[in-house]
Amino acid sequence: MAFDYDKWIRPGKLPHIWCPGCGHGIVMKGLIRAMETLKLKKEETAVVSGIGCASRLPGYIDCCTLHTAHGRAAAFATGVKMAKPEMNVILVGGDGDGTAIGGNHFIHACRRNIDMTYIIMNNYIYGMTGGQFSPCTPTGHKASTTPYGNPDPGFDIAKLAIGAGATFVARGTAFHANQIDKLIVEAIQHKGFSVVEILDDCPTTYGRRNKYKSVIEMMNRLKEVAVPVKAAEKMTAEQLQGKVLTGVLYKEESKPEYTAEYAKVIERAKAAK
Amino acid sequence: MEKTLPKIEIIEKYCKGCHICVEFCPKDVLEMKGFYASVKNLEACIKCMQCELRCPDFAIKVITE
Repeated sequence: MAFDYDKWIRPGKLPHIWCPGCGHGIVMKGLIRAMETLKLKKEETAVVSGIGCASRLPGYIDCCTLHTAHGRAAAFATGVKMAKPEMNVILVGGDGDGTAIGGNHFIHACRRNIDMTYIIMNNYIYGMTGGQFSPCTPTGHKASTTPYGNPDPGFDIAKLAIGAGATFVARGTAFHANQIDKLIVEAIQHKGFSVVEILDDCPTTYGRRNKYKSVIEMMNRLKEVAVPVKAAEKMTAEQLQGKVLTGVLYKEESKPEYTAEYAKVIERAKAAK
Repeated sequence: MEKTLPKIEIIEKYCKGCHICVEFCPKDVLEMKGFYASVKNLEACIKCMQCELRCPDFAIKVITE
């Protein structure tokens, strides 16, 4: 039976603004399926975003939503979670929003291990603002501000999150649409800061400049570079050259969660009176 | 047993003509008709739901029994 996405979409908001073939719509479908699987209540779920193509997502989803300043999704979401620790807080955003302009907020949310889920749609570029290179644009690739190739090495968002202290880190791609909701379900269930990086395609500002002939070619590239974690264990370093690991990359249960720790501080302060 | 065919509903208002459904259909059921996707050969459909799953624009619904 067809999946009923309409239940989670604000009436009259579709069609969305994303370009033909943009993977953000696929990720949004994955998020809706995950929320439906977990039977989340609309009044107890907050979707928070910053600015950018991917950050337009909360506008379409029918639950508590917050569309905030550029890169500040993690800061606003921390506020929501601290005020109402019982809420399920989900952050969405792109690679530029999350790791450049909001890079500082991102690493500190990871460090605190506050119980939120951050879905980063990594399309390797700033799409909405006109195709400038982002910290995730691979070396040598072209953007509107690097017409002769990007000299910078790109960020590995998953490694950055693990290094900063996130306790659940997973990676999927827009091509592997079936896997997206499973990763998000696991991330929401995890107590602590969860990061789900979804490799995405941007046919308009990235594909066009980097000689991708079509959306299909971009999707097939995602299929080619992705290697599941289990399959990678049997592969040599040479075979893994240029590949990207997908699946659950890191999970840690023992680190204390921030809102629970903060509640203890409140108890201690009350007792001290 | 007779094969039951699904109903493939394409919402043209939402379709942006990205070709994803047409290219990733394993049975070549869909085609592009002008700007929009449309059903070419419903008989071949195996109800794998790939088109519904992958459509970024919420434009396809595969309705089965």
